[in-house]
Parts: sequence; C-alpha cells; structure tokens
Amino acid sequence: MSEVLVVIDHADGAVKKPTFELLTIARRLGEPSAVFFGAADQADAVAEKVKAYGAEKVYVIDDAELKGYLVAPKAEAMQQLAEKSSPAAILFPSTFEGKEVAARLAIKIGSGLITDAVDVQEGPVTTQSVFAGSYTVTAKVTQGTPIITVKPNSAAPEEAAGAGAVEAFAPSISDAAKTAQVIASQPRQATGRPELTEAAIVVSGGRGTGGNFEPIENFADSLGAAVGASRAAVDSGWMPHAFQVGQTGKTVSPQLYVANGISGAIQHRAGMQTSKTIVAVNKDNEAPIFELVDFGVVGDLHTVLPAATEEITKRKG
Amino acid sequence: MNIVVCVKYVPDATADRQFESDNTVDRVGVDGLLSELDEYAVEQALQLKEKAGEGEHEVIALCVGPEKAVDAARKALQMGADKAVHVLDDAIAGSDYIATSLVLAKAIEKIGVPDLVVCGMASTDASGSVVPAMLAERLGLPQVTLASVVEAQGDQVRIKRDNEGSTEVIGATLPIVLSVTDQTGEARYPSFKGIMAAKKKPLDVFSLADLGVDAGEVGLSVAWSQVEETTARPPRTAGEVVTDEDGSGAVALAEFLASKKFI
Ligand SMILES: Cc1cc2nc3c(=O)[nH]c(=O)nc-3n(C[C@H](O)[C@H](O)[C@H](O)COP(=O)(O)OP(=O)(O)OC[C@H]3O[C@@H](n4cnc5c(N)ncnc54)[C@H](O)[C@@H]3O)c2cc1C
Ligand SMILES: Nc1ncnc2c1ncn2[C@@H]1O[C@H](COP(=O)(O)O)[C@@H](O)[C@H]1O
Repeated sequence: MSEVLVVIDHADGAVKKPTFELLTIARRLGEPSAVFFGAADQADAVAEKVKAYGAEKVYVIDDAELKGYLVAPKAEAMQQLAEKSSPAAILFPSTFEGKEVAARLAIKIGSGLITDAVDVQEGPVTTQSVFAGSYTVTAKVTQGTPIITVKPNSAAPEEAAGAGAVEAFAPSISDAAKTAQVIASQPRQATGRPELTEAAIVVSGGRGTGGNFEPIENFADSLGAAVGASRAAVDSGWMPHAFQVGQTGKTVSPQLYVANGISGAIQHRAGMQTSKTIVAVNKDNEAPIFELVDFGVVGDLHTVLPAATEEITKRKG
Repeated sequence: MNIVVCVKYVPDATADRQFESDNTVDRVGVDGLLSELDEYAVEQALQLKEKAGEGEHEVIALCVGPEKAVDAARKALQMGADKAVHVLDDAIAGSDYIATSLVLAKAIEKIGVPDLVVCGMASTDASGSVVPAMLAERLGLPQVTLASVVEAQGDQVRIKRDNEGSTEVIGATLPIVLSVTDQTGEARYPSFKGIMAAKKKPLDVFSLADLGVDAGEVGLSVAWSQVEETTARPPRTAGEVVTDEDGSGAVALAEFLASKKFI
C-alpha cells in the first residue's frame, strides 16, 4: 500500500485533535505517514501520540531553521518529501498555514488541490460544504498527487496501532524561500476553554450582549463549551478576532451551537450553518437566526442565560 | 510604486447562489459584484499609494472573469484605482485555483511585475485563501498574507496578523504578494467624482493569446480537480421557538438541551 502523508497540526509539540481525524481519514486511502514540523526533541513524544491513530512512519523535519519564516520553506520541504515517498495523497489541516503550504506545493509538484474538505472517502473523493453551507459538493483530484486540506471535525478519530517509526528528514531550503520573516510572535493567552474549531459545543455572543460577555461565558462553562463571537462583537472590541465565527473568522461545526444576541447574517451563517444542532436566544422573534434553529428562545439573553446556567448547574447536581 | 490589486467578480452572497449543469459556479445567471473582501485589498492598495509620497505611483486593478466581471474592475476604478485590466476569454470558464493563478500570474507579468501585488484574504465564493500563495509561488515573490495591519516604509513592508495561536509581525522587502483581511479597516465608497472619473480611466481587456497562455492549459476540461456532484442542502426546517415569560425560556432551554443529552 502507498504512503499517505499527513501533516501534523500541533502547538509546540502538543498534537491537536484534527491530526487524529486526518490519520483516521488517511487509513481509508493508504498507509499513513505523519509529518512533524517541529523541535526534534519533541519528536518521540509526538510519535507516541500519532502511532496510536495508525501512523506507520513519522517524518521529523526539525524546524529550528524554518520557523522564522512564513510557509515557503515548508512547501519546499514537502516537495522533497513527496518526491522521496511518492505518496498516494497528501493531507493538510485546513488552517490558513496548511492551505498556503498546500497551495504552493500544488504548483511545485503539478498536482490538483482541494481545500476545506469536510469528508474524504476512498478514491479519494472529497466532500465540501460551499456557499455558506447551502450546497454540498463532491470532487476528485484528476492530476498528480491529490493534495487535500481537511477541516476539523471531518471524521471521528479512531485508534489503530501503527509502527510509528521515526525518520528524520532534512530538506534543503533555498534562500529564496526565506524572504518573509517572522519578526515577532506573541502567543495568545489560554482561556482554559476548549478550542473553538474543535469544541463539541460552541456558545457565541453578538451585538446583543451589549459588550457584557459574562452571561455567555458562564453559560458556556456550564456546558463545557468554547466561546465564540460575531463580527459585530469583535469589531466593537468586546472579543479578540480569534473568537470570531463566520466567513472571515473560524468555521465551526460542533454538535451544538448556541447563538446569543446574534441576528444570523449570511456571513455569520457561513461559519456555523453545518453545526448539528443550533439554538438561539434573541429578543427579536423575527431575527433570521430563528430560521436555522432546532430550538429558540425569544427573550433577553441577560435574563435567559443566567437562569439557564443556574438550571443546568442544578440538573448536573 | 506600482501596485496590482487582484479583484474577483463573485455571485452576490446575499442572493441565491447556484451551479451550472456542468457543476461550475453560475457567474452569469445571478447577480454579481466585486468580492467584498477584495474591497479591503483595493483600500489598502490606495492607502499605500497615498502614503508613498513623492514619485510615480500607480494602482492597477486586475480581474479574471467573464464579461460581467468587468463590473469588479470598474468598481475598483471608481474607488480610485488608476487603471484596470480584465482578462476575458471563454476558455477560462470553469478554471480551478491552479489555472486561475496561472492566468493572474501571466497577466501580472504582462503588466510588468509590480512592487506589490495585493489580494483579498479569500474570495467570497470559493473562499480557498490559496490564490495569493499560488501567485507568490508562480511569481517567485515573498508572500505576506492575511494582514490585519499594513505598514510600508521605502521598500520594507511590515504587517500584523492573527495566526492560529498567536499574533505575529511579519516583515519582507518589496516586491511581495500581500493579502489583507477585513480587519484592515473599512473600504471607501466610490464618490460621485470617483464614479465620473472612472469612465475616463484606461481599462484593458486581454485574451489568453495576449498573455501567451495556451487555451488548453485552462478551463473546466483540464482542471486538476473536478467537481463530481453538487447538491443543494435541504434548508434547515425551523424548530420550536418559545417566548420567554418569567423564566420559562430558561427552563425550556435546559429541558431541550437535556433531551438532546447535552447536559
Ligand atoms: C465581507 C464580510 C465578512 C463578514 N464576516 C463576518 C464573520 O466572519 N462573522 C460574523 O459574525 N459576521 C461577519 N460579517 C458581518 C455580518 O454581515 C453581520 O454584520 C454581523 O454578523 C452582525 O453581528 P450580530 O448578529 O452580532 O449583530 P446584529 O446584526 O446587530 O444583531 C444583533 C442581534 O442581537 C439581538 N439582541 C439585541 N439585544 C439583545 C438582548 N438583550 N438579548 C437577546 N438578543 C438581543 C437583536 O435582536 C439582533 O438580532 C461580515 C460582513 C462582511 C461584509
Ligand atoms: N478570478 C480572479 N480575478 C482576480 N483576482 C482573483 C481571482 N481569483 C482570486 N483572486 C484573488 O485571490 C484572492 C483569494 O482568492 P481565493 O484563493 O479564491 O480565496 C482574492 O481575494 C483575490 O484577490
């Protein structure tokens, strides 16, 4: 069976859940080989994690010399790795970085690219959700090695023992690739809540919060949820942009999405319409968000949410 | 300073969007416009020009798309771009990112590789956010993408951007490919004066032959990825909506969440 390259999504060596989803998908297409761009001394710990989801090999590309630059060096490294391993497919997480490395790689190796897949089956045949979630599209790469970027929550991670053989790979990086430099990087403060794109439950607030996100956060915590925001809330400076859900923020596809004080503009829908269950609290019974909901409450979020939080805490005992 | 700003003509997201029988996006039978996210690119291009000071500076809007796509180029001219180029050729219809980026790159080479190529963060129809990276790859230029703040001084550009887990400052030396987000600040509206002036501005139309691109390299039939099927998602059927009275809403909400096993 051919190798399928899976680029590991991680934060400083902590492997993120979408990686396990990618490995699960890769097993449908061939033999998963995970690719780790990171610190070489974290490689063994990373290999332990990914082999539990079927990674037969783990290519380690020490990024000490790459991480000061944007995506061009990674694309060169992937090109060389693809030439060496002749994979059946190459899977990336659908992060901005994943998509950009994939884009450059596609041009370099003359392969077709499919972005933002929400499912990948044998073939590989991909499924995408387009036009703000109003259409489902299936597609195939017809030229070269299929390069596919896959959204979080596209598969339920399934464990499977892989060999996890660690293999160092040292690409040669051209000077031309080292032209866009990271001058400074400020890590965002951890919130202690689940990550927005990975969370099973997302509770969001919009302009209707009036800038007070406390009811949103307390309600989210009672459900163990991530917190999100509409662009109106972000533009007002109430929440950092990293929390924005929608076309120009994050796309989320959780089991449950709760929109509070959010009208439901098309650009917001684009980021949450594929959620399994949708709930809204809004004081305007004509808000378009109610067209989408499985359950809605017409009311003031400042009274409904605290009372609901209390009720949930009580039920949980 | 010469700036090329890439503007895409897209179906209006607030109206119905659909596919043609060959599974390509219907760009002709629906209302279209300059992709809203590319307005931010035009705005930043104009601001960079305005701040560049003395010397010859020019902003050229570039659009690849069908006949109606000229509207996107015109809008950029109305906002203040100096010139526009519309690449129009029937053979382009149905092109994927790979071919679109090829045509854009060839057009940029034809215009004369500028100091800056400015793109939007994503097109509002395909929303791939990959064309800027592909252009950088094809043109052999540094890529500085997803800027929320752009600053230029001489030939040095610095941007601020939100990455997955951090906020970054990125620096590069011109020429570069830049993409900007909707965090860069409101785009200007065309003024009446701008609309009148746009009528007299040069708008070149290029065919593939003008760019030296073989028609066999682009279009639906040679796309390196093919859409097999498109299915309209059944509209979500609106569920139960209750009106809160004296705390009844909170109880009903908790009840619903419990029934779905979220509690
Ligand atoms: C190119 C482009 C990209 C965009 N990208 C995004 C994006 O990524 N994400 C995004 O969210 N938007 C995006 N937008 C903006 C989008 O069009 C809307 O403007 C935005 O989503 C509105 O946010 P909102 O629902 O919070 O505010 P509003 O539309 O003002 O709605 C506020 C809602 O709160 C309700 N409300 C008020 N007070 C209360 C109360 N006390 N209790 C309960 N309900 C209350 C009101 O009834 C109303 O329905 C984009 C727009 C453009 C043009
Ligand atoms: N057909 C096109 N004509 C002009 N610019 C385009 C075209 N397609 C994409 N672009 C540019 O590339 C950016 C990203 O597009 P995309 O990769 O499709 O999300 C857009 O915001 C535009 O600036």
